[in-house]
Amino acid sequence: MPKITINHMEIEVDSGLTVLQACEIAGIEIPRFCYHERLSISGNCRMCLVEMEPSPRPVASCAMPVADGMVVYTNTPMVKKARKSALEFLLINHPLDCPICDQGGECDLQDITMAYGADQSRFQENKRAVAEKDLGPLVATAMTRCIHCTRCVRFSTEVAGVEEMGATGRGENTEVGTYVEMAVSSEMSGNMIDLCPVGALTSKPYAFTARAWELRHTETVDVLDAVGSNIRVDSRGNEVMRVLPRLNEDINEEWISDKTRFSYDGLKRQRLDRPYVREDGRLREASWEEAFAAIAGRIAAIKGAKGQKIAAIAGDLACCESIQALKDIMNAFKSPHMDCRQDGAMLDPAARAGYLFNTSISGIEHADLCLLIGVNPRIEAPLINARLRKRFLMGSFSVALVGAKVDLTYAYEYLGSGPRTLEQILSRSHMFAELMDAANRPMLILGQGALARADGAAVLAAARDLADQFAMVSHDRNGFNVLHKAAARVGAMDLGFVPGEGGRDVAGILDGAASGELEVVYLLGADEIDTTFLDPAFVIYQGHHGDAGAAAADVVLPGAAYTEKDATYVNTEGRVQQSRLAVHPPGQARPDWMVLRALSQALGQKAGYDTLEELRAQMIRSNAVFAELDVAAADRTAKTKWAAFGAPGKMNGSPFADTVENFYMTDPIGRASETMARCTDTFIVPHLSITGTDG
Amino acid sequence: MLHDADRIFTNLYGLSDWRLRGARKRGDWDGTKAILEKGRDWIVEEIKESGLRGRGGAGFPAGMKWSFMPKESDGRPHYLVVNADEGEPGTCKDREIIRHDPHKLLEGALLAGFAMGANTAYIYIRGEFHAEAQRLQVAIDEARKAGLIGGNACKSGWDFEIYLHHGAGAYVCGEETALLESLEGNKGQPRMKPPFPANAGLYGCPTTVTNVETVAVAPEILRRGADWFASLGRPKNTGTKLFCISGHVNLPCTVEEEMGVPLRELIEKHAGGVRGGWDNLMAVIPGGCSTPLIPKSVCDNVLMDFDSLREVQSGLGTAAVIVMDKSTDIVRAIARFSKFYKHESCGQCTPCREGTGWLWRMMEKLVEGDARIEDIDMIEEVTRQIEGHTICALGDAAAWPIQGLIRHFRPELERRIGIHDLTITAPAGGYDEDIPEDISEAV
Repeated sequence: MPKITINHMEIEVDSGLTVLQACEIAGIEIPRFCYHERLSISGNCRMCLVEMEPSPRPVASCAMPVADGMVVYTNTPMVKKARKSALEFLLINHPLDCPICDQGGECDLQDITMAYGADQSRFQENKRAVAEKDLGPLVATAMTRCIHCTRCVRFSTEVAGVEEMGATGRGENTEVGTYVEMAVSSEMSGNMIDLCPVGALTSKPYAFTARAWELRHTETVDVLDAVGSNIRVDSRGNEVMRVLPRLNEDINEEWISDKTRFSYDGLKRQRLDRPYVREDGRLREASWEEAFAAIAGRIAAIKGAKGQKIAAIAGDLACCESIQALKDIMNAFKSPHMDCRQDGAMLDPAARAGYLFNTSISGIEHADLCLLIGVNPRIEAPLINARLRKRFLMGSFSVALVGAKVDLTYAYEYLGSGPRTLEQILSRSHMFAELMDAANRPMLILGQGALARADGAAVLAAARDLADQFAMVSHDRNGFNVLHKAAARVGAMDLGFVPGEGGRDVAGILDGAASGELEVVYLLGADEIDTTFLDPAFVIYQGHHGDAGAAAADVVLPGAAYTEKDATYVNTEGRVQQSRLAVHPPGQARPDWMVLRALSQALGQKAGYDTLEELRAQMIRSNAVFAELDVAAADRTAKTKWAAFGAPGKMNGSPFADTVENFYMTDPIGRASETMARCTDTFIVPHLSITGTDG
Repeated sequence: MLHDADRIFTNLYGLSDWRLRGARKRGDWDGTKAILEKGRDWIVEEIKESGLRGRGGAGFPAGMKWSFMPKESDGRPHYLVVNADEGEPGTCKDREIIRHDPHKLLEGALLAGFAMGANTAYIYIRGEFHAEAQRLQVAIDEARKAGLIGGNACKSGWDFEIYLHHGAGAYVCGEETALLESLEGNKGQPRMKPPFPANAGLYGCPTTVTNVETVAVAPEILRRGADWFASLGRPKNTGTKLFCISGHVNLPCTVEEEMGVPLRELIEKHAGGVRGGWDNLMAVIPGGCSTPLIPKSVCDNVLMDFDSLREVQSGLGTAAVIVMDKSTDIVRAIARFSKFYKHESCGQCTPCREGTGWLWRMMEKLVEGDARIEDIDMIEEVTRQIEGHTICALGDAAAWPIQGLIRHFRPELERRIGIHDLTITAPAGGYDEDIPEDISEAV
């Protein structure tokens, strides 16, 4: 390990680090604009210059690899002068419009100028002005403020994989933007806002709504996909003002998808803020007592074994607490009719390894081959796609896809569209089998598009066979992965919110409701089902948005969204995480477990818990995984058992379907969001095949 | 004065045939195989001993540069890249070589490439050199046809291909790493060093970028021996050099001379002297517009080589001698250079992108005298803030001419400011008797 002397202090650092990183290890701050840990080094801002013996001129520490015996100074007059000059140059053409700039208060240029800059300008000429660029509905631009650090360019090219940003022109006429005026078509474009060290790229939806110092920060997790990105919810009063990523190397690094970042305005619209009861075909506002009484009355009216007439469906955003509470009520009525697989995915609750992303997200970086089956990770889990791309860019990583052909931002081998291809690989009549044999650490990702079909159980079993046959599973790693789209899914599977003995699955519940065999259906935030089947039944909808489920309901119980409750979610890796209350639920809405706790009492089946802690203890009794927070299944001491799952059988030849039509509107929050509607208009609608009759 | 027998570029003026037949008559491609058979180490040693310094401007010892290439390939190919992106204002020597003596360059490329273990050479030629590029391509084709390059070049067993690539008109692409970027098809912006091209250059492979003239003189050195070359010029500044003399001289020309020739001799013997006589000389820019000017007092005695010019705080650069007589508006001349650098800055790193524009605007003010006396020190300081703080040397090049101007012509700058101040503060009627009507007349 090289020894290097920084400001007369000798330290030993790993070789391959840069001088800037070594300085950080030594606890010395080096100001920088263009350097970013997760992007390639460009060395263009010249802010990180340090003095290095014997070089007569300062060197850029961000790009200088450490070498044994290096002598570096960061506090000499030469360095101070270099920093002052770099800032002077950056500021001569930077507008001093901090009071009206959204970046004000969290601006690198402001902070660094305060610390290292001069107190006045010597520049007497006119400042440069640059025309605004239209980067779409998410990213607002003020390109006059741009300091050409090219972080956004490198992010979009390297991480997001869309080569749409770049610098045109040269010298002082250099402009950063898209070459032709267009919206940046990435699901992760919002991260450019965080990366921009100045106010050139800011959030369009958040523009001028709040100042950084007015906001209260709540560290929580995202539920709009199954990745469980770590986020920070910034709120003012009882209003969510914006959502930012939080660092978690194992999950989202420091990125989040645009849906995660910008859906928050959906939290303020279409909200259920009081209970409703249907009277004469119309929903009317009601009190909690009335709502509970209506439910209790209807259940009391059921003749015979009530459990056989009641069913429950858990939605995609439901928290584990409410699922556990609802399951307790169902158990009290001895009803086996419950399910969490709204899309009908043939997930097998028998073995946890059969429905988890076992490799873990960070584990992708250690794989050397990935077979994607019926999945479009770019849309279903952009962060996982970013990780796959990161692995791809490291080299020696082959990716192949069976399913719908899509643009994943990296090259892959297209093997086929459906189960036939899987059979060919299994029988080794497909060339790709050789590559899989040769791989040391292969993995496969099975999407919901391959499972949400009649032969899903057979596909699941075939995928398991693939994992076995190609040695994906060993004592220290598991290359079998299921990629979920719903944040609630894994938690609900872990809690056993699946049909009990003789119970009905989602399709069965819908049929039962349509035929009258089921009289009461409880929808826990379930909006992604065909509610027309439910008409004959008495439908209770508990949730936070007036979406499909609420419209079909006879009683509506207002619950809390993910920003409004302390709740537990399990991400696709089997990682148990807790969200924190950032703002209170609107109106009379209450955290969901409280609603169910109160309902259980109204139904005369009083629950065995009174506090959140007691309910969580019950969850742990249901499944011990809930005892350990923030650990992916892959990293647990108790390894997930590689048991049998799926149902070997005949697969039909139909191709695996693409399951997400519109990335921006996969959930009630997104559907209520104006920002997501604008995104849909910009990114989705132009790609739909519009016929002459569409107006 | 250089003897004709010691001239390397014997067809510099295109008086005889530039094609292979003519080149062979002049001795090119003679015994190339024998030189190759002496091995790469011998070639590198010989170039080192000759004292040849890079002719592109920086004057880095060529032999040492060639020796930086890995001795054994680690599986990656080695590349020789010949920098024919001659864009330094005032310079026109590579162009002469390419159009009148292209085979010197090709033979040199083979020898240099062989010495570096490179089987491929790229010649990156300035886009504006359209006719030259066509001619060079003809030369490449006929050399290949004659078996001099290509597979088993000169029957030496060494495979060597030469490809010609056209630039697109950016000055900064003459910087070696920007040239590599451009050659790879990217935007021509310099790269950070380290890694140096010898470790990771073109397509990430070991690469040496070297100037046309440096390559073209190599065969002659290897044929005649290092001692011959080293015997010319002064220690550490050996050999002959092409000088491009332009500006206020009676006969602007490109001429081969011995290193260390006195500037006055160079101008008077080859360029017909300064317009209006030596005493009419105001200043000379000795090495292309990036080098600081030297006033007449220095020109009187200075020798034209790397170290002598460094001693007078200028540089040999590309040896493009720009002569300015007393009719020159020296401030305007330097301001024009500032505009050039502002225009050619690639925009990548901060000091150059923002600084060159600032310098130009201030220089324009100084031309009119529309500034304060303190501004002279300020502009000087700004040049120091750019110099040495940028990724490539374009920042230095933008700073040096202004530093040279302030160093030697500060009174002129102050005089203009004084006159301008009087003009604007003058009462109605003005001080007619004190103010010349035309400022340039007073110079």
